[in-house]
Amino acid sequence: MATFHFDFVGPERTLYSGEVQAVQLPGTEGEMTVLPKHAPVLTTLKVGVITVTETSGSGKRIYVQGGFADIGPESVTVLAERAAPIEEVNPAMLDKEIEQAELDRDATTDLGKREQLNAQIVQLQEAKKVLAF
Amino acid sequence: MPSLKDLRNRITSVKSTQKITKAMQMVAAAKLRRAQTAAESGRPYAEKMSATLGNLAANLVGGVGAPKLLSGTGADKTHLLIVCTADRGLCGAFNSSISRLAAKHARQLASEGKTVKIFTVGKKGYDMLRRQFRAEIIENIDIRGTRPVDYAFASEIAEKILARFDAGEFDVATLYFSAFKSVISQIPTAQKLIPAELPDAEGKTTTGASADAAMEFEPSEEGILDTLLPKNLTVQIYKALLENAASEQGARMSAMDSATRNAGEMIKKQTQIYNRTRQAMITKELIEIISGAEAL
Repeated sequence: MATFHFDFVGPERTLYSGEVQAVQLPGTEGEMTVLPKHAPVLTTLKVGVITVTETSGSGKRIYVQGGFADIGPESVTVLAERAAPIEEVNPAMLDKEIEQAELDRDATTDLGKREQLNAQIVQLQEAKKVLAF
Repeated sequence: MPSLKDLRNRITSVKSTQKITKAMQMVAAAKLRRAQTAAESGRPYAEKMSATLGNLAANLVGGVGAPKLLSGTGADKTHLLIVCTADRGLCGAFNSSISRLAAKHARQLASEGKTVKIFTVGKKGYDMLRRQFRAEIIENIDIRGTRPVDYAFASEIAEKILARFDAGEFDVATLYFSAFKSVISQIPTAQKLIPAELPDAEGKTTTGASADAAMEFEPSEEGILDTLLPKNLTVQIYKALLENAASEQGARMSAMDSATRNAGEMIKKQTQIYNRTRQAMITKELIEIISGAEAL
């Protein structure tokens, strides 16, 4: 099966780089699976899980919190602000983040910011559901 | 003429100073390696980010409706100088060359009738600029406690700057830091942050998609720019901090190297004087004894 190059870059280091068959990304406007020869798309990412298929049947899951993906026909680059292998993420951590976001939301009077934080909370709760199984 | 005891004390004190400078040099060398690796591993992110932004900005022809972070406020009245230095001294001209460059630009801007505001990162830059620009400094953040520099620290700074920008406190922001060229050469650099200076998208392609290929955007192009530009600010600051960290250690290493060498020279000279004085004393005593014996 055809493959393409996938780079997963964090601000402090490159987290993954290699040939893959498919990548599933949590786009802000919906989950999407990228296969080789994808049309060029630039999308922002929400909180969620990236699933990398290196060879059929095997998958690697990476937890990502915000960032964006640059998709081209021959390669995909994800720039993530925060990321961790799925094994290192636990629900307690997410609960803490949700709590913090809620505190921030209640503390601010700026409506735009409030909306932003609300969206973030929803995303985090969704991510928790995804992680649950 | 100092006594023998004085000379001995002096030599011991120089020797212990030499021990300290030597230890500092070695610590700086070890830290430099770490800082250099950090700077290198942070590079792909910054490069990909500015390449993507460059493409995006090129697509946004004419810049109509472009976010303010990209095109500026249209005015050029108030300048914010973000001066990044270290928290610690004993690293040669590292801190002072950054502060001097910033001070020079600040004076120049002031003479052109523009308002200058200064935001310092790191204690040393604050200490140096405080004397001349007490009124202009609006904020200072110490690096202490967040060692080694991490992305979260950079985004904390970026958030503060963005909040001030959104409040309309300044029109143009420039970042001052020291670019790391080699252990003996660090170049104080000024980089424009707002409006963003982006590499030419021409000839550059990101991930195989050329700039003129029809790109799809999710959400809209403006939406992506809105989230990317603040992130770019953070990335640029993070990059500057990493370069600074490497430069600081490099500067400290070479400063401590020459300090160690100077101490060695000093010890050599003092030891020579000490030996000569000792010999002179012995000769003098001998002469006294002999002439005393002869007088009998």
